[in-house]
Amino acid sequence: MKDKSQLLFYCALGLASLAALVAGGLHAGGLGVAFALCAVLTLGGSAMCIWERSVVRSAFCLMATFVGVAGLFLLLGNDFLAMAQILIYVGGILALLLFGVMLTPPDLKERKLPRLGWATLLMGIGVAFLVSRVVGRGVGTWATAEELPEMTTRAEDIGLAFLHPEQYVVAFELAAFLLTVALVAAVYIARRRRQDFEPETDSEEGAA
Amino acid sequence: MGLDAYLAVSVALFALGVVCIVSRRNVLYVLMGIEMILNAASINFAAFNRFNGGGLEGRMFVVFIIILAAAEAAVALAIVLNVFHLFHSVKPSEADLLRE
Repeated sequence: MKDKSQLLFYCALGLASLAALVAGGLHAGGLGVAFALCAVLTLGGSAMCIWERSVVRSAFCLMATFVGVAGLFLLLGNDFLAMAQILIYVGGILALLLFGVMLTPPDLKERKLPRLGWATLLMGIGVAFLVSRVVGRGVGTWATAEELPEMTTRAEDIGLAFLHPEQYVVAFELAAFLLTVALVAAVYIARRRRQDFEPETDSEEGAA
Repeated sequence: MGLDAYLAVSVALFALGVVCIVSRRNVLYVLMGIEMILNAASINFAAFNRFNGGGLEGRMFVVFIIILAAAEAAVALAIVLNVFHLFHSVKPSEADLLRE
């Protein structure tokens, strides 16, 4: 029963990915295929992340999402963002998540298919309603990618803008301050207290 | 590939993130859903930046979103570890005390 639903889900996902790739290729050629590949990585990765029972698998499926978003950034001409996305999300945040996964117990019975179905249904209705309100109200009047000029700003410009006193230097310093405070606070919160090192004889009474 | 294609991917990613948050009973899934939602916002910023002339503003927003996500992940993970230590559970509905 469980295996059947697993098979069904992955068959549907594979067919949808194939359809997206073909549609992208027919619609816009090579660029369309590249876009469809990134979109499939992004959405398929997050769908698998929600679907999988094991948290470890979900975390690794999330890697596909992050890589797909990095690919979308590349298609948008933002090479710096793609690099930062892979460095920080895949290299940092995902590793942190995996630490969290390994330090907490697995619970393979936590996923409930009816709850998943209800959440998806309600969210789908909400999104469909919102999109139907927006469609046809000017999104189509924006330029398409073929009409746009090449991206001329480079990573160097971003670095200079960070340090320029009339641009982003205040935000840059605030971000540095925020990161310092957040990391020190994280270490402080997650530190082990002295009683943690003592033998756990009366831990049951302490928990109760 | 116009703006609408990127917005469609962003909307779908946001919806999947919300589904991930509300349908799983594990704090780590909540964190993953938050990352998905932040990524959807990043795609929106980058796409509007590209199709609106390609300046620096949208990209700066994405850089700060990534910075914020890193800080959030570190603090949230520390909180998750502490919650597990206190309650011996990672279900969001069972962590209902601020003290030990």
